[in-house]
Amino acid sequence: MLFIKCPHCGWRSQNEFSYGGDATVKRPELGKQVSDQEWDDFVYNRKSLRGKHWELWQHLSGCRQWIKVERDTATHEIFNTLKANEEIS
Amino acid sequence: MQKYSIFNLVKNAFSNHENWDLAWKDPTPKKEYDVVIIGGGGHGLATAYYLAKEHNITNVAIIEKGWIGGGNVGRNTTIIRSNYMHDDNALFSEFGMDLWRKMSQDLNYNVMFSPRGIINLAHSDAQMNVYARRGNSMRLNGIDAVLLNREQVKEIIPMADFSENVRFPIFGGLMQPSAGTARHDAVAWGYARQADSMGVDIIQNCEVTGFDISSGKIKGLRTSRGDIKAKKIGLCVAGSTNILAEKLNMTLPIETHLLQACVSEPVKPVLDRVVTFGAGHFYISQSDKGEMVMGGDLDGYNSYAQRGNLPTLQHVLTEGIAMMPFLSKLKMLRTWGGIMDMSMDGSPIIDKTHIEGLYLNCGWCYGGFKATPASGWTFAHTIAQDRVHELNAGYSLNRFNTGHLLDEKGLGTKTWIS
Repeated sequence: MLFIKCPHCGWRSQNEFSYGGDATVKRPELGKQVSDQEWDDFVYNRKSLRGKHWELWQHLSGCRQWIKVERDTATHEIFNTLKANEEIS
Repeated sequence: MQKYSIFNLVKNAFSNHENWDLAWKDPTPKKEYDVVIIGGGGHGLATAYYLAKEHNITNVAIIEKGWIGGGNVGRNTTIIRSNYMHDDNALFSEFGMDLWRKMSQDLNYNVMFSPRGIINLAHSDAQMNVYARRGNSMRLNGIDAVLLNREQVKEIIPMADFSENVRFPIFGGLMQPSAGTARHDAVAWGYARQADSMGVDIIQNCEVTGFDISSGKIKGLRTSRGDIKAKKIGLCVAGSTNILAEKLNMTLPIETHLLQACVSEPVKPVLDRVVTFGAGHFYISQSDKGEMVMGGDLDGYNSYAQRGNLPTLQHVLTEGIAMMPFLSKLKMLRTWGGIMDMSMDGSPIIDKTHIEGLYLNCGWCYGGFKATPASGWTFAHTIAQDRVHELNAGYSLNRFNTGHLLDEKGLGTKTWIS
């Protein structure tokens, strides 16, 4: 069982959260000409490496806010959590 | 190679079975090979076997970081089926079914293929309509499919919950009678033994640390046991695909996820089919040892841990108990997890890459085991001929770029969509 520290609510069990994937993926800028490759990278292509991974979770059965979580994909250790609007340093 | 037969069994009994040949050798890597397959799982072993058998290419090495049978080929729920709606999936899988039927004879190894049939349960009128459509598509592609009503399902699996006042009543089901199970370890060992006998070097405990590429062409690879030159390299590493792609500066439409399975304590024969729950994601069969073999959803987040987490297991088994209440009385014997190469549309990739001489086989999601022979056969063809076979033409890498997705269920990495 993972325990995730929601920046809004504090420590909660994994059961309250829903997973949202890689948090470092950026949507191509609005109003800009987007190539097929850029769109492909945004929608489908992922690094998904072993080790530290910044990812989105939603506190679905809690405050319903989206948050960013830094977690190790091999050990499942969680290092850091941020609000959705906070930049990954 | 010593043939496995009743005659040899009796002969070796006189020497207390102490003089059998090793099933495969433990060679030192050579300096150069025509083809190197990275990954000694079921698909890699099958690829090497069909390279030798169908294309007469025997200067081949399989590089395996762990040991033969230690990865997903030794940790799955052994289900074999071809009950797909889309032509690309259906024709590929049905080609595989033919290879499964002949496999024990072909490999001189009993893989215990048991075509016991698979039933996908339906829990609403709408789902029955969807299954009727899929069944019709299957039959048009020459695959056996039978639409069963509630009474027919009850006759085949009376132990399922047929009471009226349940959340997901059983309306009927779609059955593929020719689907079934096989002994997964035997598949790995059988392919390894035959590939080895035809001259393939199976190199275990050897990790790939880098690639040698010049002017867009593959030249060889660096490993923990020295550099190896190769004219062609096939990547066949399932859950480790993203790690090797990073070394190749490639980003793929693949995420690595954790999938669990479990077995109960062995009980007397009760279930002689494979059954799947239609209102969630749960599948069950009974092994020859009597254990109930069960599996379901991904844990849901990117993971390289080959062990599962309890909330998902609980969720999956809740579905199981809703479908077959007697399961609640069983004790759990073992649970385990494997890492899956989840593609974004839920279908695999068997293709060439932008690097000349480098070939890619990945994205098997939940269904890698059943695809073992067809994947090996088509991947061997793609490598040997340097072009895809019509059977794996739909499994192209650039389909995500062009929009030709093969979304049988449209699931991929997003389990919550179901």
